[in-house]
Amino acid sequence: MKLKLASMVLAGVMAAVPAMADLVYPSLSYRTGPYAVNGIPFADGYADYFTLINERDGGIGGVPIKMIECETGYNTEKGVECYEATKGQGALIYQPLSTGITYQLIPKASADGIPVHSMGYGRTSAANGKIFEWIFNYPANYWNGASIAINHILDINGGDIAGKSVALVYHNSAYGKEPIRTLEELSKKHGYKLTTIAVDHPGQEQKSQWLQIRREKPDYVLMWGWGVMNPVAIQEAVNIRYPMENFIGIWWSGSENDVIPAGAGANGYKALAFHGVGNDYPLYGDLQKYVVDAGKAAGAGDQLGTVLYNRGLYAAMLAVEATKKAQAIHGVAQVTPAMVRDGMEALEITEASMAALGLPNFGPEISVTCENHGGAGDGAVTQWDAGAQKWNLISDFGPSDMDVIGKLIAGDSAAYAAENKISERCN
Amino acid sequence: MIYREAGDFKTTYKDDSQTFPIKFDRWGYYVILAIAFLVIPFVINDYWANAVFVPFLIYAIAALGLNILIGYCGQLSLGTGGFMAVGAYSVYKLMTAFPDVSMLVHVVIAGLITTCVGVLFGLPSLRIKGFYLAVATLAAQFFLVWLFNKVPWFYNYSASGMINSPERTVFGMIVTGPNTSASAKYLFCLIFLVAVAWIARNLTRGSIGRKWMAIRDMDIAAEIIGVNPLNAKLSAFAVSSFFIGISGALFFSVYLGAAEVGEAFGIQKSFLILFMVIIGGLGSIFGSFAGAAFMVLMPVFLKNVLVGWMGWPTDLAAHMEFIIVGGLIIAFLIIEPHGLAQLWRLTKEKLRLWPFPH
Repeated sequence: MKLKLASMVLAGVMAAVPAMADLVYPSLSYRTGPYAVNGIPFADGYADYFTLINERDGGIGGVPIKMIECETGYNTEKGVECYEATKGQGALIYQPLSTGITYQLIPKASADGIPVHSMGYGRTSAANGKIFEWIFNYPANYWNGASIAINHILDINGGDIAGKSVALVYHNSAYGKEPIRTLEELSKKHGYKLTTIAVDHPGQEQKSQWLQIRREKPDYVLMWGWGVMNPVAIQEAVNIRYPMENFIGIWWSGSENDVIPAGAGANGYKALAFHGVGNDYPLYGDLQKYVVDAGKAAGAGDQLGTVLYNRGLYAAMLAVEATKKAQAIHGVAQVTPAMVRDGMEALEITEASMAALGLPNFGPEISVTCENHGGAGDGAVTQWDAGAQKWNLISDFGPSDMDVIGKLIAGDSAAYAAENKISERCN
Repeated sequence: MIYREAGDFKTTYKDDSQTFPIKFDRWGYYVILAIAFLVIPFVINDYWANAVFVPFLIYAIAALGLNILIGYCGQLSLGTGGFMAVGAYSVYKLMTAFPDVSMLVHVVIAGLITTCVGVLFGLPSLRIKGFYLAVATLAAQFFLVWLFNKVPWFYNYSASGMINSPERTVFGMIVTGPNTSASAKYLFCLIFLVAVAWIARNLTRGSIGRKWMAIRDMDIAAEIIGVNPLNAKLSAFAVSSFFIGISGALFFSVYLGAAEVGEAFGIQKSFLILFMVIIGGLGSIFGSFAGAAFMVLMPVFLKNVLVGWMGWPTDLAAHMEFIIVGGLIIAFLIIEPHGLAQLWRLTKEKLRLWPFPH
């Protein structure tokens, strides 16, 4: 008992070390467990961008960046521990890369006054800034994704998909269930038939689900998968000889690690994207020079140019830009989480500003306002070329059906507001 | 030398049969209670509450519940995660349906609902034993998780199937939701743990506990000497589920604040609590505490040492945690198959003789 007390005291002392005069960005990463295959590239990209800013620019506005990494293993209990361990160190913004952890952080971070940026994941209705003051999910969310996927199917079919059948293979969690309501609404509008097929965590065993698809032969299969579930699903689709060009994953089901295991059979698999692919951007020159050649790359340093690495870069880039904006608004270099929130709410990413950062045409333009924390919700479709081993953008960044999504967001956020007695802002 | 019973005379049967017959133990118990209630609430911060104490207290309640079933009554159960989910979803439905009722009441009612479910799934124990019963309770685990995923009524038709705990109070003090103070969370769970441990201790040394142990040791013999197996087994399932339901309710409402059933109450939770009971010591109240402390605090402690102090990469540290905790579990079970509680018992035996062992 005494030993235990002593060890607990020890742990507490270490957890309570404050860091001053740095801009602290916690990285709630997962490099272990069934989701590590996707967690590692994102965490590497996130870390490398901050390293680049430190090495090349000496931090943001002269203040160095300190990134604290904390391993969550995609587990919500560890996520709570990581949040509590990092928030005392002056964390400016949380990007947990997990819908489950985001759901937990939404009330906690709102009460503690720390912004959360769940980029393309998390609670979709957080796009309503009137209710969710501290939560942002620009540039796109799951419901945009669902709509973009349906729009793509509409494009292929010349605008008419009445009578077609669409199956959704989803991770049986908050993450996977998010798009169902939107797809149901859209099916009423466009007249397709929706089947939902759940895959339980972690998703290594999907024989029965794909047997069902083989039997029902849906015209299109959408997938909301993550971690080990993705390569397994793609392999199963190859096994039942499902036409890959009719198989569309959300942006979390479209990385190299997901398609490479299925080999040549995965050729033609499609996935959504809200940012560019590949490493053909001027920023990569700087990354090579200041980070990779200097031996400062995070992890094994072998993920550069992959889809999720780019997404990590993008997430870090948006955090840095929001911080710059906050410094400009408040005129101080050492910003607080509340100031960063103001910066996020005033964030403007234009084509010119992305080009200036070395990422021309990388993503859609973003303009965050007090009411809209979700951005425009544009996205594109990418397709896997197994021969060349690379993803290609096959469409422009197009809009989603905001008529349908806007109503759903208003309804869901109003329910949250009523449950938690929140009054609307921005009036 | 200090730890001895010599000179500690008992003059009544009541004194002689008290929980802590040795004065040193008794005082230790009072001191720990005093520190837990009077010191820690004033010094606790968010990190300590959310990462260390609250999970420890809640898992200790769950381990106590499972220990009654497995350790005292010998009924192997793998449905703990599912029963915790029943507690969590009951308290969620109660919290949202009756916002003005005190959380104390909600948590107890959630425990009672879990009791009913537990007794229902305990019925097969009258016909099947041992590993076969484990498989039957495993079915409960999967069925309950499936149920809470499948029926939207349980999660109030939310888009994502997540349940979120809104702000609720006990006597005007906020105990759930994001604005809860660290000490309120801690005290709320501590009160339940102390109450549950007190009930468990007194049940297990009374006639009910003796019936459970008789069933555990040899059910046919127990039946012959007049123990009704129906009553004994179902009462063990009832008490155990009540405790586990309380822990599930607290786990969701106080600790996590938002949960989804597959991730928070999956089969791995059942195993985790089973391991707590086995490592802590079957059939021991102290063992439940020790097992919960070991399984909850060790990973947090190792993480802080490896990442915080030694600056290791987080993935390496996470893998080392698995290796070290796993290695320790094997080592403990080889050195002392009866768990930490037996280790503690042996230490006490040795201390009584120390420093003159012969």
